[in-house]
Amino acid sequence: MPEIKLENLCKSYGNIEVLHGIDLEMQDAEFTVLVGPSGCGKSTTLRMIAGLETVTKGEIFIDGRPVSKLEPKERDLAMVFQDYALYPHMNVAKNMSFALRLEKRPKKEIQRKVQEVADILGLTDFLHRKPAELSGGQRQRVAMGRALTRDSSTFLFDEPLSNLDAKLRTQMRAELAMMRQRVHKNMIYVTHDQIEAMTLADRIVVMHGGVIQQQGTPEELFKFPKNKFVAGFLGTPPMNFLEATIEESNQQLYLKGQGFMLRCDERATACLRREELLKVLVGIRPCDLIYQPDAPSDSAIDIDVVVSEYIGAQSVLIGDCAGQDVMVELKSDTPIALGERLRFSIDFQAVHLFNMSNDLAIA
Amino acid sequence: MSTAKLNRLSPYLFLAPAFLVMVLALLYPLGYMIYGSFRDWNPSQALGESTFVGLKNYYTLWHDPNFRESVVVTLKFAISVVTIEMFIGVGLALLLDRNLRGMSLLRTLFILPMMIAPVVVGLIWKYMYHPTLGVFNDTLRALGMEPVEWLSQHALLSIIIADIWQWTPFIFILALAALQSLPRSALEAARIDGATGWQQIIHIKLPLMMPVLIVTCLLRLIDAFKVLEVILVMTAGGPGLTTEIMALRISRTATEFRELGVAAAMSNYLLMMLLLLTVLMLTYNRWIEYRANKAQRAAEEAL
Repeated sequence: MPEIKLENLCKSYGNIEVLHGIDLEMQDAEFTVLVGPSGCGKSTTLRMIAGLETVTKGEIFIDGRPVSKLEPKERDLAMVFQDYALYPHMNVAKNMSFALRLEKRPKKEIQRKVQEVADILGLTDFLHRKPAELSGGQRQRVAMGRALTRDSSTFLFDEPLSNLDAKLRTQMRAELAMMRQRVHKNMIYVTHDQIEAMTLADRIVVMHGGVIQQQGTPEELFKFPKNKFVAGFLGTPPMNFLEATIEESNQQLYLKGQGFMLRCDERATACLRREELLKVLVGIRPCDLIYQPDAPSDSAIDIDVVVSEYIGAQSVLIGDCAGQDVMVELKSDTPIALGERLRFSIDFQAVHLFNMSNDLAIA
Repeated sequence: MSTAKLNRLSPYLFLAPAFLVMVLALLYPLGYMIYGSFRDWNPSQALGESTFVGLKNYYTLWHDPNFRESVVVTLKFAISVVTIEMFIGVGLALLLDRNLRGMSLLRTLFILPMMIAPVVVGLIWKYMYHPTLGVFNDTLRALGMEPVEWLSQHALLSIIIADIWQWTPFIFILALAALQSLPRSALEAARIDGATGWQQIIHIKLPLMMPVLIVTCLLRLIDAFKVLEVILVMTAGGPGLTTEIMALRISRTATEFRELGVAAAMSNYLLMMLLLLTVLMLTYNRWIEYRANKAQRAAEEAL
């Protein structure tokens, strides 16, 4: 099971460069998720690893071996496609065994392998059906099965769940997580859905505009986003961003924005003094705002409730703080009314500060 | 008449003009031909003046060695041109299904032969095959080889070559269209699964193109059975009967031999052969549709 390394990987279509020097190392048996909005280059990166797209510049190493000029089949990998990419004219068993049959493996072995994988994926009753005779979820499973029957060392997933409906997606996501525990192989997974990324990944790589924004464990990225993009991309509902100026009175720093004034804690004070900034962007996750009517005004924010989205146990409030939209997550049984002004306390530990000139986190 | 009744009739009212045209332009001549095929009919007679002879025309033709010869020539011609055209057309499509510079120009050039009027095609090839002036023999002589009597010694081969030149593009276009509508991701999956170029063609591309290829093949067969102009211009059926395909024999029977009844019966034989092919084609389409429906039902049950 190999280590995969991307070194200064670039991709251009004509004169337009879409990937700008991707450097990435993936450890043995690691589940790496490339995540980012549409057009960020994540699928292109995956397809270059697969060998379906040519490499414009840079190199891909699998176990130290440069592979960027090799055919896909020489790279020892299996791939699950977004639209499943099943062979329409072959039945499920034939679809899953195609690679093995090309390798001219013994019939017995092929049959055993297909049976084994079909048992894992619950496809045993459908082995003789054609893809057109299967439901979306079953097709998805066949696509997984086709990858699993091969003993490839690396699995590539290109948005494998995005064609499924919401319920099935959640179910397949859980199944993938379970499969992940059983199959100890390198997996590289591309998605635009940050929940898939957070739940499945050992390591998340957030991409935007053809550049890696940040990589690390889901927890690292959630707690310590390096820049505004990562902070805003991960987490639902997304982080609130409020502009504030830095003011000082009696040796104490305050963040003063439209409709709020927050007292900085020591750590933030030290950082802000070092950076010598006049303005910052304050990032607060909706879950870090706590409904507390009696909180002191220098560690709280007042919000007029505009909309309340009832989800179940939780509700998401969309509120207004002196003209700025602020989202808050709170227990649904909290007694609130639309139009009311509510006070939410903020633990300054949970506040993220960003430099407004370059969007980088201040820490 | 009540409105409801009128409403029920309205589709038929709208269809009536088209139906009328069809009766006049298609069914009437067809009926006329079938009626004529049962009569001993001379061009100087009106159809009504001719005598009824029953199945005699059909019977005579069945035992006429010349007619049989022309059936054999037609079958030889149609089967060989369509087979070779299928191979070359599909092969070219597989070769040219890629994005190279100037490919669209090349594709346009490839389909030019199909756009030339058949009579012109016949004339061009006739001159190219000319024993002393033709470009083929010029080339052979320039290479120090013996010239070939194209249209006399190898007449059938010569017209087969000309037809291939003219009609391969038809198959090429349809095969290329079929290729380009194949699911890209399935081909990518095959590459990942380790299929070489040939294996992709044999295991993925050709099977997926098959429905289009079968229909194309049948269309070409139907067409090849009726070919006339090019051969008429090039050999006029000669030498002897070696290139006298059915369409040509029909035309000669009607004009030279002045036996309209026999010509009509001959046409009916041809029509029956073509009908058989058409029925085959329709059955195939039905079968595909039936299978698709079955697949859809199964998918719905699977949910």
